[in-house]
Amino acid sequence: MFKQIRPAISVLALMTLIAGVAYPLAVTAIAHAVFPAQANGSLIRDAEGAVRGSALLAQRFDGAQWFQPRPSAADYATVASGASNLAPSNPALAERISKDAQRLVGEGVSPVPMELVTTSASGLDPHLSPAAARWQIARIAAARSIPANNLERLIDQHTERPLVGPAVVNVLALNLALADNRFSTEPE
Amino acid sequence: MHVQDYWLILAFFALVLLPAPFLGRYLFRAMEGQKTLLSPIFQPVERLCYRIAGIDSEAEQDWKTYALALLAFTLASLLALFAILMLQGLLPLNPQQLPGLEWTLAFNTAVSFVTNTNWQAYSGEAALSYFSQMLGLGVQNFVSPAVGLAVLVVFCRGIARRSSNSVGNFWVDLTRATLYGLLPLCLVLALFLVWQGVPQTFLEYVTAHTLSGTDQVVPLGPAASQIAIKQLGTNGGGFFGVNSAHPFENPTAWSNLLEMAAILLIPAALVFTFGHYVKDLRQSRALLASMLILFVLGLGLGLYAEYQPNPALAALPIEQVGSLEGKESRFGTTASMLWATATTAASNGSVNAMHDSFSAIGGMIPLFNIMLGEIVFGGVGAGLYGMLLFVLIAVFLAGLMIGRTPEYLGKKLEAREVRLLVATLLVMPLGVLVFGALAVSLEGPAASISNPGAHGFSQALYAYSSGAGNNGSAFAGFGANTPFHNLMIGLAMLLGRFGYILPVLAIAGSLAAKKRAPLGSNSFPTHGPLFVTLLTLVILLVGGLTFLPALALGPIAEHLGLVQGF
Repeated sequence: MFKQIRPAISVLALMTLIAGVAYPLAVTAIAHAVFPAQANGSLIRDAEGAVRGSALLAQRFDGAQWFQPRPSAADYATVASGASNLAPSNPALAERISKDAQRLVGEGVSPVPMELVTTSASGLDPHLSPAAARWQIARIAAARSIPANNLERLIDQHTERPLVGPAVVNVLALNLALADNRFSTEPE
Repeated sequence: MHVQDYWLILAFFALVLLPAPFLGRYLFRAMEGQKTLLSPIFQPVERLCYRIAGIDSEAEQDWKTYALALLAFTLASLLALFAILMLQGLLPLNPQQLPGLEWTLAFNTAVSFVTNTNWQAYSGEAALSYFSQMLGLGVQNFVSPAVGLAVLVVFCRGIARRSSNSVGNFWVDLTRATLYGLLPLCLVLALFLVWQGVPQTFLEYVTAHTLSGTDQVVPLGPAASQIAIKQLGTNGGGFFGVNSAHPFENPTAWSNLLEMAAILLIPAALVFTFGHYVKDLRQSRALLASMLILFVLGLGLGLYAEYQPNPALAALPIEQVGSLEGKESRFGTTASMLWATATTAASNGSVNAMHDSFSAIGGMIPLFNIMLGEIVFGGVGAGLYGMLLFVLIAVFLAGLMIGRTPEYLGKKLEAREVRLLVATLLVMPLGVLVFGALAVSLEGPAASISNPGAHGFSQALYAYSSGAGNNGSAFAGFGANTPFHNLMIGLAMLLGRFGYILPVLAIAGSLAAKKRAPLGSNSFPTHGPLFVTLLTLVILLVGGLTFLPALALGPIAEHLGLVQGF
């Protein structure tokens, strides 16, 4: 055993230099040269350069005039994010979904899309399916007094259709477009 | 299921299986020191490492010396990582000024990453500095699968060599596995992930002023480099707490596909590496067939279960489809279940959805995969040596049936090997059933359970299976960060790691010393459909007989309760 101590310590130190220092530094250097926006967290800045969020992280939106993202078990906390981890058999899950569904039925047609009453895994799911976004059109159109067609078109424009995954639309992108005056009749 | 779901499954299998023969051959050549495409780059680095560490790369070790070297390296790793985690408050690269971890959590985390389990009782973005992630966990993410790979090639040499006392040199195997096996693939995957949106920076967290006028902290860090090795090294410890469900850890359907394929890429290739060692690729194809059967059975049953509506929600005015609780929109049900199957078929343990909220049967599939010992492709190295143990058991049973001395590829299995084999069969039952039973029967530890009824039992069962199986995934509602669970799951992880590695090395040493018996016409062939069937049944029987009673009390009871409307 004692004969193995020197190689143990020196190999660990060498691997730390290679895998723990050189490798992440190399990735960082290349990443910042080739994909600087993504490497820094896909931040969204306004005209003054202030950071308004990340394109990849859901934000909390209150009010009928905004697209609502998936519910978040951690209330859209980022440090640390989290999920409900409620079991399918847990009565608390059925109760929560029932309460949210009753509230939402008042805002749109029945049935309510599953995504709008279930919390995501990260609590920061930035996306909705196009169907779940469209389900919210009537409410938003009424709150903003704008034609539903405009919102239909907005959703279509922002829909991503990857070949190997479900079609999704980024909620923050939709709301950024709404905040832009072309779509909004309300003062921000 | 939609058309893109079928594309996803097809693309996944293509990415795992098509490169496997080529990557497997490359890994064989690299591990045996033969010339490869990357030798011009890595050979000088390799030689430099040996010179600095004072290693004679030509000197081979017998299995006992090899085991001692492995243990010495593990001990050094364990102490170094424990110290980093305890002292991170004093170390650099800590822009959020996070304090050191509590000692049982530091012990648990150190054991977790050294044993390639990567169980997480902490949340990365809230508890760990960039230094701890990179120089602590990140390094173990490389060397712990490299140790697994080293043990596997020793097993392969044991079968392939004749009348030999030596099984290889641990330091050489470790270095080659890290440099040639893991580094190049990680570099490629990490850059792909940054392209898709995974952060890679040393800047501190950014505070955003949201559209609604509140503040949102955007957590950052050198994530992409860590996530690449987390997937490729079957580690599974997320940079962020919710692992690959986090939009920063896994931003798109494409990043999801590649991260998922990365879990099984090297394990599938190693099946062919084994074939090159024993100079018989038919053996590889037979093992692969058995693995694929088990994988597809689990995936099929899981997908069916996940797409069923939850009976508890039947009366509500909502879409009656499979639950999306704990799942991300950009992945959906298919990618979530496929990931859950892959991550537990291997000892990866990363997640892109919360297994705790899966349907009862959908959640049982990953649990059962872990209980089988993660031999369906399995962890880097660890999966295949686990599978080879099952092969030896199947050969032994076949030998009993036809009344001849059991032999595998010309090596006779005798009392010593069979005793060691049986010892490995006891590891999972001991870690899962004994430790798990202790956890649920003590009042304090049982308080970590967060869901009522049968599912609560499943949570504890999953935690101890994940620990003993060195997986690392969880029914994450289970409050694992208590001193009791930190220490007990830590012990389960050590048991699950070395309870296999030491017997495997001993068996390999014993096989290497044997002569090769000539293959007679009476020998039981180990590459045809008959053997594949026998092997698959042995795996299901051993796993099933051991764990069916526990599963009946957990997920099966939960399922029946839901269907009956209890």
